[in-house]
Amino acid sequence: MLEIKNLKTYIDTENGTVKAVDDVSFQIKAGETICIVGESGSGKSVLAHSIMQLNPSPPAFHPEGEILFEGKNLLDVSEKELRRVRGNEISMIFQDPMSSLNPVFRVGDQLIEAIRSHEKVSKKAAKKRALELLTDVGIPDPERRLHDYPHQFSGGMRQRVLIAIALAGRPKVLIADEPTTALDVTIQAQILELMRSIQKKYGTAIILITHDLGVVAQIADRVLVMYSGRIVEKGSVSDIFYRSTMPYTWSLLRSLPRIDSDASNRLIPIQGQPSNLIDRPKGCHFQPRCPFATKACLEIDPSLTERGEGHWAACILSEEEFFNKKQEFEVNAQKGAVK
Amino acid sequence: MSEPLLELKDIKMYFPIKEKVFKKPVNHVKAVNGVSLTVRQGETLGIVGESGCGKSTLARTIVGLLEPSSGDILFEGKSILGYNKKQMHELRRDIQMVYQDPYTSLNPRMKAGEIIAAPLKAFKMTSNLNERVYELLDLVGLKREDAEKFPHQFSGGQRQRIGIARALALNPKLLILDEPVSALDVSVQAQVINLLEDLQEELGLTYVFIAHDLSVIKHIADKVAVMYLGKVMELSDSDTLYHHSKHPYTNALLSAIPLPDPEKERQRQRIMLKGELPSPANPPTGCIFHTRCPIAQESCKQHIPVLEEKDGSNPNHQVACFYPQETEAIVSSN
Repeated sequence: MLEIKNLKTYIDTENGTVKAVDDVSFQIKAGETICIVGESGSGKSVLAHSIMQLNPSPPAFHPEGEILFEGKNLLDVSEKELRRVRGNEISMIFQDPMSSLNPVFRVGDQLIEAIRSHEKVSKKAAKKRALELLTDVGIPDPERRLHDYPHQFSGGMRQRVLIAIALAGRPKVLIADEPTTALDVTIQAQILELMRSIQKKYGTAIILITHDLGVVAQIADRVLVMYSGRIVEKGSVSDIFYRSTMPYTWSLLRSLPRIDSDASNRLIPIQGQPSNLIDRPKGCHFQPRCPFATKACLEIDPSLTERGEGHWAACILSEEEFFNKKQEFEVNAQKGAVK
Repeated sequence: MSEPLLELKDIKMYFPIKEKVFKKPVNHVKAVNGVSLTVRQGETLGIVGESGCGKSTLARTIVGLLEPSSGDILFEGKSILGYNKKQMHELRRDIQMVYQDPYTSLNPRMKAGEIIAAPLKAFKMTSNLNERVYELLDLVGLKREDAEKFPHQFSGGQRQRIGIARALALNPKLLILDEPVSALDVSVQAQVINLLEDLQEELGLTYVFIAHDLSVIKHIADKVAVMYLGKVMELSDSDTLYHHSKHPYTNALLSAIPLPDPEKERQRQRIMLKGELPSPANPPTGCIFHTRCPIAQESCKQHIPVLEEKDGSNPNHQVACFYPQETEAIVSSN
């Protein structure tokens, strides 16, 4: 339904050009959930904003590549057509529910405005639809809540309102940029459950951006792992969690503190700091932090190669080499030789 | 068992809500509402809870940034609440704090070396100042030449290391760590957790570690207190808490944490909590958790459960609930 081909978004800064999204391709089908994971600065949010073409330009350049939605390239269509697509076809929810609503308008008015900008309906019909939407997203006593201001809502409730606004135009694709990062875990569980039930009800495709691998494990069908502006591994959720062949994904999973692991085991962190997007390392971008890096990694910048059906990884190590290195690493970790 | 280093006795911290004209207090936000905890020499006490549970307010009362409305704080057996300015100044040598946000807790106009030297200068320990700064940089895994850099030249994880070095400058006995890793990237979190563990071993430090993330706490804490609306709901050694938690709130909190393992994650029973955190200005009557509790009974609305031992076999495990129960395999260790 939505296909991204060789998307590139570069951003001009004083210190040089940042390749925030560098040649990214993927596609999503109706009713599917794709999670994009990565650390801060990996380009995941810029990617999401590029699909909606919401990156301010300047400093960002107009994205290159193709964004095909139902066969049409969204990078070529007019601003007017793009406005129709945003909200009606592809809709977005943002990370911070505290700052995404206008504090001086009632929640009901903001919701009705969203409905009426997508459909030509009377105020009365729009209000009825607003009530339906608030009920859909699980807000108790919606009739009364329509007249409340955003500050009267808690963080979780505001995120529900934003989901209601995003659903106002009955979109086919919902892009959620870290929708639960600002929320407490018990509220996060409620919001993820809500997103799943909405997907079931309307068959919406969801692109969820997150840094939390636990959330990914819970909700994703397929996963894209980003590092320094590129996809370094993509595949089904079990490919990524159980059969990863990319050292970054693997060491990221290895470094997590988990409630189901033995606490006396020492954590094994990834060395170094996330890479600088302006002055990127030579060869493979992950090479300076990679526990398995070889001399060849300094020279070769690996591209994605297929490792199994629908499972792609960017690493010069073959599956066998990767497996051996992993074994060796675990043995050393047991001995306490890995710091 | 080692000596208690820090004892909190029934700490209450109420903030007045004032009326508009005469500024008479009409109500109070009960941010911390009767917390008693003991931290022993060399151990790590973890305090967990969701936003608004009072965990950061509690940290601030320990370091003396807030004066509690009532209760007592004992450090090495002496009450510190009556201390005068001079005594407080001396106390800061022993109790130091590391803050959550490594971006705003470092002065952007000071070089890293100056930041770390600041506490030493405040205590006039200026002999061999440079040597001490280099030693501290080395201790937290930074390089000597980093002393000449400004905070913006460091990444988040490195900045947090500077914050830790600053806190360690005076050789404190107790470190209060207020969400020290929650602003960091996942790949860097583990580095900082390991660093804190190493420092504790090397320097014999005692930690109070505050976090909202139960999985981070599990890795570092010996003892964990779970807070809700200003009160401790469950207090236990870490092992017991993660495998035999009894309070319905702890159970819900544990079950809400997504596991980075899709198969386990999708088979798990999740306890969904209804609704949202009530206002700490008007906490519910009886058990403060009853409005969201999945097993609440009529009587929970009237009576307040005290934090006490529920299982004769483990005196370290205390629960504030009338109907404590273990839930099956919320977290199974592999």
